[in-house]
Amino acid sequence: MNKTLLIIQREFLSRVKKKSFLVATILVPLIFPALIGGIGYVMKEEAENASAEVIHVLDEQGSFNLENTDKYEFIKVSGDLESAKKALAESDDYGLLYIPDFKIESPEGFVLYAKSNPNFSTIGDIENEIEDVIKDSKLQVYNIDKEVLDKLKTKIDLRAVNISEGEEKESDAGISFGIGYFTGFLIYIFMFAYGGQVMQGVIEEKSSKIVEVIISTVKPFQLMLGKILGVASVGLFQVLIWVVLIAVLSTVVLGLLGLEIPQETAMQAPDAETSEKFVRLLANIPFTKIILTFIFYFIGGYLLYGALFAAAGSAVDSPSEAQQFMFPIMIPLIAGIIGMGSIVNNPDGNVSFWLSIIPFTSPIAMMGRIGFGVPAWELALSMVLLVLGFVFTTWLAGRIYRVGILMHGVKVNYKTLVKWFMMKN
Amino acid sequence: MEALIAKNITKRYSNHTALDNVSLSIPSQSIFGLLGPNGAGKTTMIRIINQIIDADEGEVLINGEKLNPDHISIIGYLPEERGLYKKMKVGEQLVYLGQLRNLSRKEAILRSKAWTKKLGIYEWWDKKVEDLSKGMAQKIQFISTVLHEPKLIILDEPFSGFDPVNANLIKDEIFELREKGSTIIFSTHRMESVEELCDHIALINHAQLILEGSKKDIKHSYRSNTYIVEHQGSLNGSLPDNFSVLDNNLLYDNFYQSIVKMTEGTSPNELLRSLVAVTEVHSFVEKIPSISEIFISKVGGAQ
Repeated sequence: MNKTLLIIQREFLSRVKKKSFLVATILVPLIFPALIGGIGYVMKEEAENASAEVIHVLDEQGSFNLENTDKYEFIKVSGDLESAKKALAESDDYGLLYIPDFKIESPEGFVLYAKSNPNFSTIGDIENEIEDVIKDSKLQVYNIDKEVLDKLKTKIDLRAVNISEGEEKESDAGISFGIGYFTGFLIYIFMFAYGGQVMQGVIEEKSSKIVEVIISTVKPFQLMLGKILGVASVGLFQVLIWVVLIAVLSTVVLGLLGLEIPQETAMQAPDAETSEKFVRLLANIPFTKIILTFIFYFIGGYLLYGALFAAAGSAVDSPSEAQQFMFPIMIPLIAGIIGMGSIVNNPDGNVSFWLSIIPFTSPIAMMGRIGFGVPAWELALSMVLLVLGFVFTTWLAGRIYRVGILMHGVKVNYKTLVKWFMMKN
Repeated sequence: MEALIAKNITKRYSNHTALDNVSLSIPSQSIFGLLGPNGAGKTTMIRIINQIIDADEGEVLINGEKLNPDHISIIGYLPEERGLYKKMKVGEQLVYLGQLRNLSRKEAILRSKAWTKKLGIYEWWDKKVEDLSKGMAQKIQFISTVLHEPKLIILDEPFSGFDPVNANLIKDEIFELREKGSTIIFSTHRMESVEELCDHIALINHAQLILEGSKKDIKHSYRSNTYIVEHQGSLNGSLPDNFSVLDNNLLYDNFYQSIVKMTEGTSPNELLRSLVAVTEVHSFVEKIPSISEIFISKVGGAQ
């Protein structure tokens, strides 16, 4: 056991001392917000600064008046379609909208001619404009007062309250959805990142041929376990730094923003209610529970997959050869992340239940469900199965690993892996 | 006292037998050569002694004790497939490997420093292994093998890949370690490299032990009463009947080299006397087979 600790220590220190670790640890929490903020900023700038696109309108009906907006400026043209097209081609303008002489009951035959492929949002925008104009004329035709129609529009806000745990808790599907997706995705990324590190480490030991010296002093299983746990401690350490960094950063940022809040709230009084509700909802999210569950499924899932990655690494001589064994390991992980869509939409459905019970997908799937509240027995069952799951994969991987690390230059397929697994020591 | 005794070791894999009922007994403070062609089962034997794999049958005793995990700290092993962590610093690496052999951290640092100084690579202590030349890396591998002053040192093909300077250095260190009380097991398929080093040998071929004993005894038992004589003047038909000339080569001018075999019961002195009577003798040497000749005759005969 003492030597396993020694191995864990080496694995931990050799990774943490690397410059790449320092860079990744510091940059990741900065890169993501910076990236999101940067893209958002560019999009906003673009929307604000964009000059309106000029669109020629050839109106066969005669009375079709489109309103100019920030984005589009409509110019009426006359003549036949061919000459209008020619005029467009000679101008710098964006497109030509052809309005046929249509019947109000069957508005058909609108065409947008453009010099490039119009994108979705342009088409949607212009469709909306046309629909609005037609709607207004329909109101006139059917003698409906526009003001009355506006009054008919109703909007209510349904409060959802969860009473399953005795006390009433206001819940919000949106926040639970966001937390579920985010934490599930985080686990998915970690499985690959740290599992990949385990595999790399095993291949490195094998290809540098240090491994036989090491296993003449410790059991192969100790070496494998030491490596898996060493990388796990690197992962936890990194996450810990991130949590601290993010907490500090957001406190600083919120502190700076806090100075500006009084003015903003004064200006946007109607929003105060919304933000108050948001804060109330946040207070109801069981953060401690989510964080504890996250740590459990992070470690459990990592151990389950880490062992498999170690076995894959032991079977090959180079990372490129490992691809064939990576694929089956990746499938359940990908299934978990794909299943996420249906989990956050229906957290108590059959798909959600099974994905969050089966150990290979549960680390991702359970995170998707946890924000919505999961019955205690399901959570317990899932956790027990995950523990059994990683004990099983570690045992399985250990049997392949002990043979694989001593094999050089052997062409390995699944049949060989089974043979190694069956081999007595 | 035997440093290591292996009794009836058998190891089978699904489609072949790697060792078939092999017994070895290795005297203390000897340099023991485990010889055989590639694939004979040498590495399997060595891995069993290192507890990397288990034998199917038979047992290994070290200093009379059944092989157990405590022996890890008294064995030093330099495998045929050897390497180092490339990204690790020289010093860290030696200390780590020493600790894996049950040295305390403090002791491991002390000894690593002493050894790197002795072999002239101390100034590389804080350099990464990947920055080192191959020869220096080989020295570090050797240091890591003997750092914990093992009583039993196992070297699998130690000279393959070592440059001649390092090979000589290691030979000298090996003799020194034996003087200090260690037993050394050599495994190699290059017989000539072992002839000068080993005092005991075992030959393994096709998973079976075909010969074991002290080098002197083995060579003695392969004497064939044959002598190599260099002489001036022809020997044609001038020797008595109990000597027969097997081969006769003209070296230059009137000088010849002849291989002479004598019948059982005659002494070399009688042969020499007969030779002196008919020719001028320049050299007279008993023809003793080399280990590699013995090996080839044994393996050739077995096949």
